[in-house]
Amino acid sequence: MPARTTHKDASQPVIEFRNVHFSLSGRQLLNDVSLTVAQGETLVLLGRSGAGKTTALKMINRLLAPTQGEVLVEGRATTEWDPIALRRRIGYVIQDVGLFPHYTVAQNIALIPKLEGWPGERVGSRVKEMLETVGLHGGKFEQRYPSQLSGGQRQRVGVARALAADPEILLMDEPFGALDPMTRGEIQNEFKALEGRLKKTVVIVTHDVGEALVLGTRIGLMEAGRIARIYSPHDFVHASDPMAAAYMAQLRVYDEAKREK
Amino acid sequence: MSLLEFFQRHQREILQATWEHVWLVGLTMIFAIAIGVPLGILVTRKPWLSKPILGSANVAETIPSLALFGFLLPVPWLGGRADRLAIVALTLYALLPIIRNTSAGIANVDRAVREAARGMGMTDGQILFQVELPLSVPTMLAGIRIATVLTIGIATIAAAVGAGGLGEFIFRGLAMVNDQLILAGAIPAALLALGADFVLGLVQHGLRPVR
Repeated sequence: MPARTTHKDASQPVIEFRNVHFSLSGRQLLNDVSLTVAQGETLVLLGRSGAGKTTALKMINRLLAPTQGEVLVEGRATTEWDPIALRRRIGYVIQDVGLFPHYTVAQNIALIPKLEGWPGERVGSRVKEMLETVGLHGGKFEQRYPSQLSGGQRQRVGVARALAADPEILLMDEPFGALDPMTRGEIQNEFKALEGRLKKTVVIVTHDVGEALVLGTRIGLMEAGRIARIYSPHDFVHASDPMAAAYMAQLRVYDEAKREK
Repeated sequence: MSLLEFFQRHQREILQATWEHVWLVGLTMIFAIAIGVPLGILVTRKPWLSKPILGSANVAETIPSLALFGFLLPVPWLGGRADRLAIVALTLYALLPIIRNTSAGIANVDRAVREAARGMGMTDGQILFQVELPLSVPTMLAGIRIATVLTIGIATIAAAVGAGGLGEFIFRGLAMVNDQLILAGAIPAALLALGADFVLGLVQHGLRPVR
C-alpha cells in the first residue's frame, strides 16, 4: 500500500481526464472527455440518463478503464494504480446506497477503516464521529441494521461510510435521488455545509439541476458521451446555450407555478 | 407378532442399520458440500462454466438411482467397496441442489451492495467471504436441507449393492414379502428425514443474516 502523499502540488489537479473515450460492446459511451478537478472543488456532472455521467464517474475509481485516453488521479493514470489502493482513497456513494444488510450501521461505517487495519479503538471513535458528522446523533443508530432505517438515514450512513477512512476524493452517483423532496433538500444543505468544512474533492452525478446549483462549484453539462461545457453556477444560470437554458427553464416552471397560486 | 414387538426384538439390528445409514448420509453430505459449494461459487465467477456444470449435475440427477449404482459397479476403485460406491453415487445426487442454491444465493445479492463493495476497494476475496457468502447462507442452507432429505431416501437403495443401511430391511422384506421387515427400514428412514429437515430448518432460521 503506497504511503499517502504528504506534500501536494497545489496546481496539480486531483482528477484529470485526458481525451477519454470509452466504448462497451460497440456502443460509444464516452467521447473525447477532457476535464480537470482541483483540490477542494465540487464538480457536478449534469445530464440526462444515458449521457455518460455514471460512466465518467466510474472511470475515476477504475470500476471502468478508458478504451482510449487516460484518467489521472493525483497525477497518476488510474491504470497504473493498484485498483484496490486507488478505491480505498476514494469515497463512493451511490443512489441505492448499497449498505451491507447483514452489518449493523456501526459495522458498515467501520468497514474500510478495518480493512485498512486501523486499531479497534480508533475505529470505534471514528464511527461515533462519523455518525455525528452526518447528523445521526444520540448513539442509538450504531447497533441498528440498515433495514431498520428510513431512506434518509440510510443515505446518511452511506455518506458516513464513504468518509470514514478520510478519503481525499468523494464520488457520488445520484446520491440523494431516491429521497423524498423534503429529506433531499435537508440532506443537500447539510452536505453542502459538511463539504465547506471538510474540503474534499467531490464529483457528483445528477440529473437534478437544482442539486447541481446547490452543491456544485462547477457544473459539467454532459450530452451523448461528451462534456458539452463546464460552467460556474453563476454562468450556468445566465448561459445562453440551449441545453443549459432548457435546464433553467425547467426550474422556472416551478417559480411560475408558485406565482400563479 | 405386533410391529412394536418386532421393533423391540430387533432393536439392536435396527439401531445398527440406522447408524450405518447416518454414516453413509453424513459422509455423503460432507463430500457434497465440499464439492458443491465451490462449484456453485465457480459458476457465478465463470458464467461460461454454468451450463456444463449445472448440466452435468442435472443429468446425474435424472439417472435412476438403482441404475446409477449398477453403472458404478464395474468402476475399478469403486466396485470393490460397496460403501465407497454408495457414497460416490449419493454425492452425485446431492450435488445439484447445493450447486444450484449456492450460485442462486450469490446471484441474488443486491447489485448495489456488490457495486458499493467493489467501489470502496474490497478485493474479490473480501467481497466473496464478507458479503456474498454470508448473504447467501440461507439459500445455501435450503439447498443443503433439500439434498440431505433426498440423500436419506436414496441411501436406502445403497443396500442393493451391499452398502448396508436401513435399505437392508426394505430389500429383505421385499424378498420375503414381510411388511414388518420393510417397515423396520422405512420408518426409521422416514424419521431420520423428518429429523434432519427439522434440525436444518432450525439452523437455517438461526443463521438468517438479517433479523
